[in-house]
Amino acid sequence: MKKSQRTPYDGIVIAAPVTIPYVRYSIESAQWWIGRALGALVAQAGIKASDIDGLCVSSFTMGSDSGIGLTQHFGLCVRWLDTIPLGGASAIAGLRKAARAVQARDADIVACVAGDTNHVDSFRLTLENFSRFNQDAVYPYGAGGANASFALIARNYMRTFGVTREDVGRIAVAQRANALRNPHALMKAPLTLEQYLAARPISDPIHLFDCVMPCAGAEAFLVMREETAASLGLPAARLLSTIERHNAFADDPMQVRGGWAMDIGELYAMAGVKPDDLDIVQTYDDYPVITMMQFEDLGFCKKGEGAEFVRAHDLTIDGDFPHNTSGGQLSVGQAGAAGAYLGLVEGLRQVLGTAGPTQVSNASLGLASGFGMINYDRGLASGAAIFAGPSR
Amino acid sequence: MIDPIKPPRRKNPLLRTRLPASPPRPRSRTSHGFTRAAAEGRFMLQRCEACGAFAYPAREACPSCLSPALAFADAPRQGTLLAETTARVPSDVYFRERAPWRIGLVKMVCGPTIVAHLHADCAEGAPVRMSFQLDKGGQAVAFARPEGDTPNMADDRQWREMTADPKFRRVFVTNGRSLIGQEAVVALKAAGAKTVFVGVAEPWRPFAGEDLLRRQEGVEVVTLDAADEKSAADLAADIGGKVDILVNTTEYVRAGGLLDRKGTSIARDEIDQAYLGFINLAQAFGPAMRMRGADGVNNSVAWVNILSVYALANWPAFGAYSASQAACLSLSHCLRAELRPGGIKVMNLFTGPVDIEWFQTVPPPKVAPRAIAQAIVSGLRGGLEEMYVGDVAEEIRQRLAANPKALERELDK
Ligand SMILES: [Zn+2]
Repeated sequence: MKKSQRTPYDGIVIAAPVTIPYVRYSIESAQWWIGRALGALVAQAGIKASDIDGLCVSSFTMGSDSGIGLTQHFGLCVRWLDTIPLGGASAIAGLRKAARAVQARDADIVACVAGDTNHVDSFRLTLENFSRFNQDAVYPYGAGGANASFALIARNYMRTFGVTREDVGRIAVAQRANALRNPHALMKAPLTLEQYLAARPISDPIHLFDCVMPCAGAEAFLVMREETAASLGLPAARLLSTIERHNAFADDPMQVRGGWAMDIGELYAMAGVKPDDLDIVQTYDDYPVITMMQFEDLGFCKKGEGAEFVRAHDLTIDGDFPHNTSGGQLSVGQAGAAGAYLGLVEGLRQVLGTAGPTQVSNASLGLASGFGMINYDRGLASGAAIFAGPSR
Repeated sequence: MIDPIKPPRRKNPLLRTRLPASPPRPRSRTSHGFTRAAAEGRFMLQRCEACGAFAYPAREACPSCLSPALAFADAPRQGTLLAETTARVPSDVYFRERAPWRIGLVKMVCGPTIVAHLHADCAEGAPVRMSFQLDKGGQAVAFARPEGDTPNMADDRQWREMTADPKFRRVFVTNGRSLIGQEAVVALKAAGAKTVFVGVAEPWRPFAGEDLLRRQEGVEVVTLDAADEKSAADLAADIGGKVDILVNTTEYVRAGGLLDRKGTSIARDEIDQAYLGFINLAQAFGPAMRMRGADGVNNSVAWVNILSVYALANWPAFGAYSASQAACLSLSHCLRAELRPGGIKVMNLFTGPVDIEWFQTVPPPKVAPRAIAQAIVSGLRGGLEEMYVGDVAEEIRQRLAANPKALERELDK
């Protein structure tokens, strides 16, 4: 079947990037965190809650709630509603759906929000109940969780392409440097490559500083049409292009590439830009080796050249390839599904010029990617978006 | 290369016994197809009846053609280890106590990739043979071993978690008067059991084979009349904390069914010996075994029942006996559930008529007691739950699966 041409996102914008600062453990519920994010959205945008007529929610720890329960919980009356359980791909997927909803005028202002709490046993419960394949065929094997699953992928990738722990460590070390400028990052101590290499093994070759710290927090943004933002006097970023893909390359015996590789041509063509044009890049960094894979699959270098790319570039805020400028999940923390939003929300602040201490000067064109759902032996969901600030 | 395990030292009675924990147990219903395979030591995967593709993990439709006809079928065991990792900080108690724990991803020659527990001698890029084993939670798990045999292979730490190898363990064979019991003692000693306790009722009464039992090194004859509650309790008070494997060789075979017998006295004996004897043994020895499921190299691991295959389908010529065996079979499932928290396996060996006096009038083929003894050892080494020993037992199983009514009619002759 011939693939049809996609409708461009003309006049679709994203506004009011919101982060509710993370804490390691919280006795509050996911609903509490999501409620705070909605409150911050309304406050930052200067709108009333009743102006929100679309809602898109992602969370692992809402218990039996989904988006519908939240409408009554928070007194929202919406005409468009979605709950997106795609883990690290939730933000891109939510953005795509919300963009089409406001484009088709099914809604005027969609609030996209992700939040999770972290009780002492939340992480273990999420691991145990992640998916049917995970329950049947992964968790009973050492109960190593995502660390063990990604360890298998990392080991194969590193061996196949001759990648060393030093190469991967550069990503984590650069992100820590960025995080030291972000007052909300949970990791506050500097990290050297020596410390990275000397960290204790978790699931070989994954070591401590390859892992994110589970925490509680929330992230959110608003999606609307350009004229809505203008009427509200809201600074907003234009959505130029997106891609989304699930269960790509199912015949690869082990994952060495994500779904981005399948759709990358379309991502840049739709945006009318080249990888070199980007001012900031926010990848999904559940593990730095997955970020290296994204550098390849998102077109910054060829497959197998990720290590060389990392060696050749400075990934810090002031470097030649500003990447995961808030510190990323590796240094800020992973607040469940909010981890999917972290890069996109920080990227929006960057192109809007509101990133504060982590601001990259003159950033106007950004890319954020998502990756998620290690259902069995590989991450199934991938996505990416390119967006531009008012200065471009 | 695996270093051989060392004989366990005498236990310090002042130390707390580590309580058993279970690995994660939840499974989808379809996934229990692997449980069945593991129980019998078979390697089965779902195979699409429409397109022939093998699938894993358990699915409800074929990922190649969407056909719902996914039957579990015997599958080739060969694969290649693609990548391995060692989980050092697992999030669950069972694995955390046993960390570091090694797992890997195996590409099967028949198609699917399988996350599996790894034998220590498995190497990346090398061929492996896959099996499904029952773990300490009683659930099926994939286990990859090297393609060929390696030195001290069965001593692998992770493999030993899946099996009930008699090596260095203390075994209790409940009835030394029976031929099966005597052969079991010999076979278990030869398999490396440290001590074999063997029960004899009324020990002052001599019996054939007694000398052989008493002369063997590492064999202790103990007094037990399983049908007597006090006898079982007395013996358990003495050796109950030292039984790692219990082999229930209680035997009480009498011909006859219902109408040609008068009254219930024979039936009562059958029930007393086989069924109530089983209950006495379970109540006397079960609780301590369940406590000691994680008690070091010679932890408590298995309970073995020898059952007539006519427990599954009544054979009127031995009708009342068949019924007593059916009762024991049902009880074994209760015992399995109750011993499960200790990680203790309950293995049932189904046999056809055995070559002993009480089946004298039954024509061959009959099962040699030695064959049963060897099956006990191989079942324990493989960590199995169900075994069918001999041609009659295997045939009854197949006929029962094919058409239970045909079997019922044909056993009436
Ligand atoms: Zn098929």
